[in-house]
Amino acid sequence: MTAPWPGTPGRWEAGAIHARFAPCLAQRPAMTLSSDRAFFSAEIERLAGRLYGTALRLTHNPADAEDLVAETVTKAWAALPKLADRNCFEKWAFRILANTYISNRRRPCEVTAATAAEEDAQGQFSLFDRLHQPFLLWWGNPEQELLNKLLREDIERALAALPDDYRTVVVLVEMQGQSYAEAAEILSVPLGTVRSRLSRARSLLQRALWEHARAAGLLPHAHRREHVRD
Amino acid sequence: MSVTDQDKIRCEEVIAHLLQYLDGEIDGEKRAEIDRHLEHCRGCYSRAEFERLLRRKVAALGDEPAPPALQRRLKALMEEF
Repeated sequence: MTAPWPGTPGRWEAGAIHARFAPCLAQRPAMTLSSDRAFFSAEIERLAGRLYGTALRLTHNPADAEDLVAETVTKAWAALPKLADRNCFEKWAFRILANTYISNRRRPCEVTAATAAEEDAQGQFSLFDRLHQPFLLWWGNPEQELLNKLLREDIERALAALPDDYRTVVVLVEMQGQSYAEAAEILSVPLGTVRSRLSRARSLLQRALWEHARAAGLLPHAHRREHVRD
Repeated sequence: MSVTDQDKIRCEEVIAHLLQYLDGEIDGEKRAEIDRHLEHCRGCYSRAEFERLLRRKVAALGDEPAPPALQRRLKALMEEF
């Protein structure tokens, strides 16, 4: 297991989970339990890939991601009777996943003030603006060209390089579709903090993609010439 | 910049609010103003499309095939529930 995710081998294996949640599971009437099981199994089967993908983006480690999904599924099953509207299951399950990740982190991974100040001093970075400098506007559709060339692993690497607090808010808002208010509640931070982290995270992400595109020669020819002159 | 008579909002303001708009965090009249602006302004529309496509690529990272070991583990868990 690797930091920042402090997995505890065996804690979320089937036998351990049964012992941990047996008291609350035993309280369900048999008919409810049967329909709950059918609903829950179908939903988890449907969402397994997305739960795992989101967990992997948070933990950076396949084994830790699997532990996180198993813990999420167990907690969701135990809490299912409290879910009033089952149409909200998906968002609710992702909230449990995010809450579990955050509460299990070995220590808060707060972005240092220096990192935030540095990003603020450089100003909001916009990939679109970089690709649309006035003297290059004749160049067709540079943003589409770059998006076509960026691989999944390029974006994955840029996301993984974000400070943990920034990456977490991107995962909550962009992957899970949580609102700013919901993200603030999950993270236990003010709404303004979610806004500022998201803004800095997107700036850092786009800056990283721009730098990667330059280094890997993914930019249109005119951009490459421009940076030879830099 | 492209401002028509119907626009009550300028490109600078649209750009300043664009990410919150795309996140669904702007409602009501302000959202309607941005909607109308994007219908007329090619530059802002292109910017909005770029940001939409980029975040779609980021969001796609949250979908991975669940490894067989995890699938077996979840099945074992649910048999205990």
